[in-house]
Amino acid sequence: MTELLTIEKVTVRFDGLVALRDVSLAVEDGTVLGVIGPNGAGKTTLFNVVSGFVRPAHGTIRWRGEELRDHRPDSLARLGISRTLQGLGLFPGMSVLDNVLVGAGPLARCGPLATLLGLRRAARDEAALRDRAMTTLADLGIAGVHAALPGSLPYGIRKRVALARALVAEPRMLLLDEPASGLAADEIAELGERITALAGKCAVVVVEHNIDWVMRVCSRIVVLDFGEVIATGEPSDVQNDQRVIDAYLGVPA
Amino acid sequence: MNTWWTLTVGGFASGAVYAALGLSLVIIFRATRVVNFAQPALALLSTYFAFTVNQVTGTYWLGFAVAIVAGAVLGALSDRLLIRPARAHGELGSVIVTLGLLLVVQAVAGMLWTSEPRSFGYAFDFRGLFSAANVFAVLVVLVTAAGVLLLFKFTSLGLRMRAAAFAPEAAALAGVRVGLMVTAGTALAAAVGALAGLLAVPPLLYPTVLDGIFVYSLTAAVIGGLDNPIGTVIAGFGTGIGLSYVSGYLGPELVTLAALAILVVVLSVRPHGLFGRGLARRV
Repeated sequence: MTELLTIEKVTVRFDGLVALRDVSLAVEDGTVLGVIGPNGAGKTTLFNVVSGFVRPAHGTIRWRGEELRDHRPDSLARLGISRTLQGLGLFPGMSVLDNVLVGAGPLARCGPLATLLGLRRAARDEAALRDRAMTTLADLGIAGVHAALPGSLPYGIRKRVALARALVAEPRMLLLDEPASGLAADEIAELGERITALAGKCAVVVVEHNIDWVMRVCSRIVVLDFGEVIATGEPSDVQNDQRVIDAYLGVPA
Repeated sequence: MNTWWTLTVGGFASGAVYAALGLSLVIIFRATRVVNFAQPALALLSTYFAFTVNQVTGTYWLGFAVAIVAGAVLGALSDRLLIRPARAHGELGSVIVTLGLLLVVQAVAGMLWTSEPRSFGYAFDFRGLFSAANVFAVLVVLVTAAGVLLLFKFTSLGLRMRAAAFAPEAAALAGVRVGLMVTAGTALAAAVGALAGLLAVPPLLYPTVLDGIFVYSLTAAVIGGLDNPIGTVIAGFGTGIGLSYVSGYLGPELVTLAALAILVVVLSVRPHGLFGRGLARRV
């Protein structure tokens, strides 16, 4: 298995507060990595530092062997990394299809100039992206609502729209920030199956509070506590790790 | 009947101007989700550039083109140099900066070109009840509105601009260069604002010439829903006609009051404007 993402000894500080301390981890192609830990353990900060929203004080982040230095969030999608945000982060005044089309933007081969000039290849390009967006919506079972505004849809469906927007560009790695929060039990189970199926095509990193679900869906787990990695391994190893039990699980699962 | 007809046609003509400046407010709101009070200031500066080019070269259309390009450049500069640094301190910060810019630009325009009214010509013959110049203004507004609608609704550039304004973080993660989109939106809005200035100013140009027009355009844009180019154009013409009745039947001194009254009534009945869809505002 090839390593897609390699994080080495990354430290992040906010005004003297250490959010991440010497965190190292690797994401291998085709695997599902779960990142768990109590609130404030640094899970979302980890995503933010990979996404380029936050700069590490020191440490390196490598994507497919190449170091990401001063990378910007808007360059991430072109590298092949997609991320969903905690909550939804949908564009409220835009239809479901338009939301997903924005996510398909990095696949566009024609610039805005070609579009404004009304060139034929720009029209073909746009039509291809539209098809791709509709296919992605259909894969997630929500093609029927493509014309709706997100605000008019139930939370579970909106969550799927956010996932569609992240998937439409066919990423090599998908970062999911609390994808199961706010979902009903059957939706959570379905999401698990979907992620397992995705793992054939891309690597998935999941930050989630629902421990039982994470243990079932993920092939590896990283446990953060106070910004430090306190355990790494397969779900069964992590579940039985005494430090993890003390820090987070409270009672043996 | 004759008075009524004169007032209606005259109101329709001035409504075109309100619609044009209203459109520039819609563009900037769509691109930044902030109401930009510097809009008339940039339009004013652009029109003064047109005035100077007219005087030097003697051709109206060269000044016209210069004003629109100048509007776009001034818009981009105001975003990069002033509004963006202020945005870091929240939405209110950037609104206040745009207000400040309005005052500074008016003062600077007075220093450079004096506060004396300068004569500024029409694009076409302005004589008659509904003159060639009026026809031109209406056509310009309709074409601009159609362009804005097409841009935001049917092009990926427009989609990205709106996405960047609605949810900057999510847009960036989807590969949208948020800062670039905001600057492009501000530039486009200022270019349309310059166009509105060119239509609104004749016959006389002076530093506060656009103040009243800005109030009426803001009324039109808010009634139109701020997010809706077609609604704003309809509201712009409606405001023009309505205020023309007020001016003709009740007296010109009541026009500003009437505009504010319309604004208050519409907003209390429909807080998102007559044509707005009631989007959640960013918190």
